[in-house]
Amino acid sequence: MTAVLEKLALYWQYPFVRYALAVGVLISLCSSLLGVTLVLKRFSFIGDGLSHVAFGAMAIASVLHLTNDMPLVLLITILSAILLLRAGQNAKIKGDAMVAMISVGALAIGYLLMNLFSPSGNLSGDVCSTLFGSTSILTLTKTEVRLCAALSVLVVAAFVFFYHKVFAVTFDESFAAATGVKTKVYNFIIAVIIAVIIVLAMNLVGSLLISALVIFPALSAMRAFKSFRSVTVYSAVLSIFCSLLGILISILAGTPVGSTIVAVDIVLFFVFSALGRILGGVHA
Amino acid sequence: MALITCQNLCLGYDGQEILHGLSFKVNSGDYLCIVGENGSGKSTLMRTILGLQKPLAGQILTGDGLRISEIGYLPQQTPVQKDFPASVREVVLSGFEGSCRWRPFYTKAEKQRAEDNIRSMGIEHLTARCYRELSGGQQQRVLLARALCATSKLLFLDEPVSGLDPKVTAEMYDLIEKLNREQGITIIMISHDIDAALRYASLVLHIGDRVFFGNREAYRSSGIANLFVKGGVTG
Repeated sequence: MTAVLEKLALYWQYPFVRYALAVGVLISLCSSLLGVTLVLKRFSFIGDGLSHVAFGAMAIASVLHLTNDMPLVLLITILSAILLLRAGQNAKIKGDAMVAMISVGALAIGYLLMNLFSPSGNLSGDVCSTLFGSTSILTLTKTEVRLCAALSVLVVAAFVFFYHKVFAVTFDESFAAATGVKTKVYNFIIAVIIAVIIVLAMNLVGSLLISALVIFPALSAMRAFKSFRSVTVYSAVLSIFCSLLGILISILAGTPVGSTIVAVDIVLFFVFSALGRILGGVHA
Repeated sequence: MALITCQNLCLGYDGQEILHGLSFKVNSGDYLCIVGENGSGKSTLMRTILGLQKPLAGQILTGDGLRISEIGYLPQQTPVQKDFPASVREVVLSGFEGSCRWRPFYTKAEKQRAEDNIRSMGIEHLTARCYRELSGGQQQRVLLARALCATSKLLFLDEPVSGLDPKVTAEMYDLIEKLNREQGITIIMISHDIDAALRYASLVLHIGDRVFFGNREAYRSSGIANLFVKGGVTG
């Protein structure tokens, strides 16, 4: 045990480890907030689609040799989020087919671009770290950490401000619209926040694993808690806990950060499923 | 002026017409029951009046200073709600969201009114319970309490008793009648249940192949109800 603590103390001296932990906490907090809404509004597939779009955007950024790719990725992802949301409501191509088209298309084009114009010799390494976030969290620059922190604060503030509206729109959109709530505006805001969260979370777990970060804490909390507020608060707590634990394990055991965090999330989900069953929190 | 006036309404989806030339008026304090076969456009009519979809043609006018944020609505339950983690208090309070505009929190007065509405529905012992664990009848009372938070004037009910057993159905109808009689809330209700329409409603709007609008005595003597019942069309 002391050996583990000593090792952690040693790592704590490195700024990149502290950055990783700070960013990990912020990102996991943000990503968990809208989890319940995404799951219940059947938006989870949009989150998945957007993460692929973000991968494509990242590829474009690296082809363009941008030193800071986040603004471009953010812009493209937000635009896609708006597009997907509109597609879900009124289009000849059904919403889920549209999501599949855009996400698979972005993935393919992104990989193609990286292949054709790859700036570095280590192509498969680049692709792998974009998809699974293998090391990117440990290589964050100070600017990226600041940007992450600013966006996180923005996401949390927006969520607190719109909390009751998000609830109303998620629980019963027809009722909300009929009684004068501007549901279109709030759906739009939700989509933009999702896009920001996905771009943020890409740093932590890579684009393929983002959905897990968004959905697992919410699903775990939904097994055991019974009000919207408690589910929201506890999914944030669980998410932060899982990310911290995952990052620490990955530092100590040398495993990839993203997949370790997701593995911890999965274990916790089963624990809470069992707990929910015992407490009778979920009716079969 | 009437609370709601519909003039020459044409309804439908994607340019396909399912109803045309529909005109009727609802005055303050009325209890209107909309009946008709499945697919005749009852829900479409309600959604159109509520502004959730646009009419293909015609006009819907509101009167007596009625604003959209003063309409209460009891929609049919959605599949999302079956797995939704929300307490009864949270659901009822969300009825005020329409009048909140950009205000992020509920006021003390709104919280008090929510408590009052919960009490008037006789579900105060369920306030902290989880919505998804309640029985069908209890859930309808919760949604009715929420609708009352949105309005003190006009209530739209979309098949409020579907899926409820006869005893709970009767209780639900009594509750709605009480709201109409004692609080003077105008009721517009969609129903499959012709008997209930003839017992409780002051006005009946029958849509389908034949359209009828008038008070219930006229409806009873018009014979359309008998046709409907004989046709064997049920829920």
